[in-house]
Amino acid sequence: MKVRKRDINKHIITILAVLLAVLWLIPFIWLVGTAFTKASYNMTLFPTTPFTFENFKYVWNAVPFGRYYINTLILVVVTFSVQFVTSTLAAYALAVLPVKGKAIVYVIIFMQIIIPNDVLIMPNYMTIADLGLTDTKLGIMLPFFGSALEIFLLRQHFKTIPHALSEAAKLDGANTWQTIWRVYVPCSKPAYMSFAVVSVSYHWNNYLWPLILTRSPSNRTLTVGLAIFAKSKEANMQWANVCAATLIIIAPLLIAFLFLQKQFIESFVGAGVKE
Amino acid sequence: MHKNKFRLLSLALSGAFAAASLAGCGSGANNSNGTAAPAVSETSKAVSTDENSSGTDGGGDTIDLTCYYPVNVGGDTANIIDGMVDEFNKSQSKIHVKSVYSGNYDDTVTALQTAKAGGNPPELFISLATQRFTMASTNMAMPLDDLIANDPDGKTYIDDFLDGFMVDSYVDGKIYSIPFQRSTEILYYNKDAFKEVGLDPDSPPTTWEELADYAVKLTNSKRYGVGIALNSGSAQWTFTGFCLQNSKNGENLMSDDGKKVFFNTKENVEALQFWLDLQNKYKCMATGIVQWTDLPTQFLSGDVAMIYHTTGNMANISSNATFDFGACYLPGHVRQAAPTGGGNFYITKGISEEKQQAAWEFIKFMTDTERAAKWSVATGYVPVRKSCFETDTIKDYYSSIPQAKVAYDQLENATIGCELTTYNAAEIWRVLNDNIQSAVIGDATAQQALDNAQKEATEVLEDYQ
Amino acid sequence: MRKGMAISTLQKPSQEAKRKALRKNVLGWSLMAPALVFMLLFTVYPVIRSFYLGMTDYSLGMEAPVFIGFHNYMKLAGTALFWKVVRNTLYFALLTVFPSMALGLGLALLVNRSTKTVGFLRVGYFYPVVMPMIAAASIWSFIYMSNNGLWDQFLRSIGGQPMDVLSSKTTVLPAMAIMYVWKEAGYLMVFFLSGIQSISPELMEAAKLDGASHGQVFHRIMLPLLGPTTLFVTSIEFTNCFKLVDHVMIMTEGAPNNYSTLLLYYIYQQGFTNFNYGISNALTVIMLLFLLAVSLPRFFSQDRKIYYS
Repeated sequence: MKVRKRDINKHIITILAVLLAVLWLIPFIWLVGTAFTKASYNMTLFPTTPFTFENFKYVWNAVPFGRYYINTLILVVVTFSVQFVTSTLAAYALAVLPVKGKAIVYVIIFMQIIIPNDVLIMPNYMTIADLGLTDTKLGIMLPFFGSALEIFLLRQHFKTIPHALSEAAKLDGANTWQTIWRVYVPCSKPAYMSFAVVSVSYHWNNYLWPLILTRSPSNRTLTVGLAIFAKSKEANMQWANVCAATLIIIAPLLIAFLFLQKQFIESFVGAGVKE
Repeated sequence: MHKNKFRLLSLALSGAFAAASLAGCGSGANNSNGTAAPAVSETSKAVSTDENSSGTDGGGDTIDLTCYYPVNVGGDTANIIDGMVDEFNKSQSKIHVKSVYSGNYDDTVTALQTAKAGGNPPELFISLATQRFTMASTNMAMPLDDLIANDPDGKTYIDDFLDGFMVDSYVDGKIYSIPFQRSTEILYYNKDAFKEVGLDPDSPPTTWEELADYAVKLTNSKRYGVGIALNSGSAQWTFTGFCLQNSKNGENLMSDDGKKVFFNTKENVEALQFWLDLQNKYKCMATGIVQWTDLPTQFLSGDVAMIYHTTGNMANISSNATFDFGACYLPGHVRQAAPTGGGNFYITKGISEEKQQAAWEFIKFMTDTERAAKWSVATGYVPVRKSCFETDTIKDYYSSIPQAKVAYDQLENATIGCELTTYNAAEIWRVLNDNIQSAVIGDATAQQALDNAQKEATEVLEDYQ
Repeated sequence: MRKGMAISTLQKPSQEAKRKALRKNVLGWSLMAPALVFMLLFTVYPVIRSFYLGMTDYSLGMEAPVFIGFHNYMKLAGTALFWKVVRNTLYFALLTVFPSMALGLGLALLVNRSTKTVGFLRVGYFYPVVMPMIAAASIWSFIYMSNNGLWDQFLRSIGGQPMDVLSSKTTVLPAMAIMYVWKEAGYLMVFFLSGIQSISPELMEAAKLDGASHGQVFHRIMLPLLGPTTLFVTSIEFTNCFKLVDHVMIMTEGAPNNYSTLLLYYIYQQGFTNFNYGISNALTVIMLLFLLAVSLPRFFSQDRKIYYS
């Protein structure tokens, strides 16, 4: 009797969970349906008009998305590469070397963790302007080259690497530099993976900072391009086109997520919780 | 003094950064500088002229100019402008202009000011006529009087612009801008809906009373009689029209010198009250904040029978309407009146005389009679020059789409007033729009809302008294 | 580390050891230098700069800022709009933080079972997280569109009145909050999931064997053990919420009458459309205070960890 009740409960929970997931998917279903069908005056949840690529064609010609794609890719790749180097070095120093005054560094790290760059748009914009780097990709990336979160993550990971390993490398004649790149980095793949996912999705999706900094199509990112397009005035039945444009910019990350579900999810946990 | 200290600090830090980047992340810096790369040139027409410039930069004799322009009407307009700029670059070899699409009007102002703060503003730009006081007071734009005086055709050129547009070019008696993409507001109406409820499709409303009366008749469970966009950035424009229509002598919302506003006059309060009545008393207009961008779609789908909108939408509406539509003057009250809006050319202050001259040549090319006429037909903007109306381009256009001529006739026959134009224009717009919204959502009466707007705007403009 | 050093200095209390220590210090600092330079320039310096510029009169067209003490703050305190923005920001935070956490926990419980549907559920709940906010906001602004939008159509189809949620002062922030909860719940789900999975299964089994019901296990064991996770997530969530601004720019631009203007949007508006740099920096300082306040729990939780370990 009791067992059967539990079974029924289980089924109810499963059905509830699936229904909720479907509810969660509604915006996406609508997005895809609208993007691929002929624009109509009445918005409907499921497509009622014929399938078409027109919306994509229109959007691709009206907005230089190809250019925005390349810009965004450059930003994402370069930002992460620089973070990779700066954070690895700093994390090694913090985790392994007996450095006096570390406390100050921790204070700065903690400061960046509680003060996201997003809220410092005003003063940081002024600094970028002082450096003469407005409307450049370097200007967009610069504030993110020193990443407290990644340093912290790596430091935690480096601490777990047994000293014996680096001692062995030293006996083999490796200097500090070599020890870092041959011992510590290869041993911390999960931490790097985790940060790569978080960093890439943050910079792919970032909007406000590139919006403020860019003025020309040669530096705009996908998000800024989408927003300008979505806000452009006097367009007609714009939801079809905006949906197509939206799909264009979210597709890469969504596809990556579908294939690498576990890594994505673990990365977000890793980058967040282990503070 | 303090600022210098901060600059020093930031310089010192940037020096340190440079060293660091040489050591660790040189590749990053290189990559990002190299990204103006030619690889992407074909991705879109919208950036085509932008690309060309890097190719011709090397030529020693050419004068290179950059021009920022906003687009407020759909995606294709950017391609039309870039095409015109290309045409200019090919028409001669001395000047090369790079056109940069800088978003909508608001984005463009932000881009300009931030470019100026960054020390590399474009040589010329298109911005709202209403930005002229701000552009002048922030030393962004220069007076054009000397260029006009030195040009043998200067006076005839200026005199050829429609007076209704040219008045919006002056700051303290000097000409600061040249009309280019100018529009006015008209009433679009659905003739089929008129017939359906027994109204004569050939006599649209001419007064506020008729407007309310017709709108009530046109309203049913699926349709509103009339639509006005009340979002921030649009409400102030339509409101200007209503205030002019209710004014004794055509008084606008602000003084001609842009230093004072007159929001809470008895006439303006009545105008706002009329809007509220359309929503709440006559119930013939949607409540809440209807977006400017949504309005044409609602009109085309038959959800609204009459809309207040820009002439810039003529091409869109005439090509997409599945019903018979009409266009007419804005209904009058005390007088017949309409607001003008749209963008003008400005030349940046502080550039070399050679570049000023080059920019001037470019502006004249872009506003050439035949070109201005074609620009008008392609976009729906009103032709800015009197001579445009003598061209076959415009004559043919008006005979094929007679509704388009309404805008021109209205400019000739009605009281014309510029959209709200003051110093600190963006902030003053926001003040008025926020307060109009407070009345629309029932937080304040029309009187309270405009009193409050008057008070807040006066505080903002305090520095200019 | 400290232990190691102590031993080595005991063994060789010589000049050489000191020199070695110095060398390690120099090496350590130079390794940290590249990251540190950027963090100083874009995290520490801007904070100082905002404190300073927040006390100046500085706007577009001015050559240099003029020091005016706390005048900007007094001016802000005297405007109704500022208080409205603060209220909006706090209200929006309350509307998003706790609901999304509750939902995140709920989703975690749903996903924390090995059934065939788990993969689908995970994708379904988590996919909004990898979307940019502006994409989510674009989609939802159509959902919320007056009359023709999906929500209003749904209401009409069940015989209700269209609500036009984005232009009513009472519904605009809740509507945005729903969108954000939709976007964020999956993110929080994974934190709770990892929290739940770190609870030892033996403990749960033992409780069940003792005859505890599902509800009792959840209340007496899971919730208390999830305490640290919850505290941490609350803090992150408030921080995330305060830095949200993209959706305001896309969906409403603060309408109606600034009922959806949030603090960061106000900073942007003052700084980049009104060009009042002084005020914008003063608002940035106020934002920093907000962030500091919500980060305090993280200090405490770390203290506690140290205390226990």
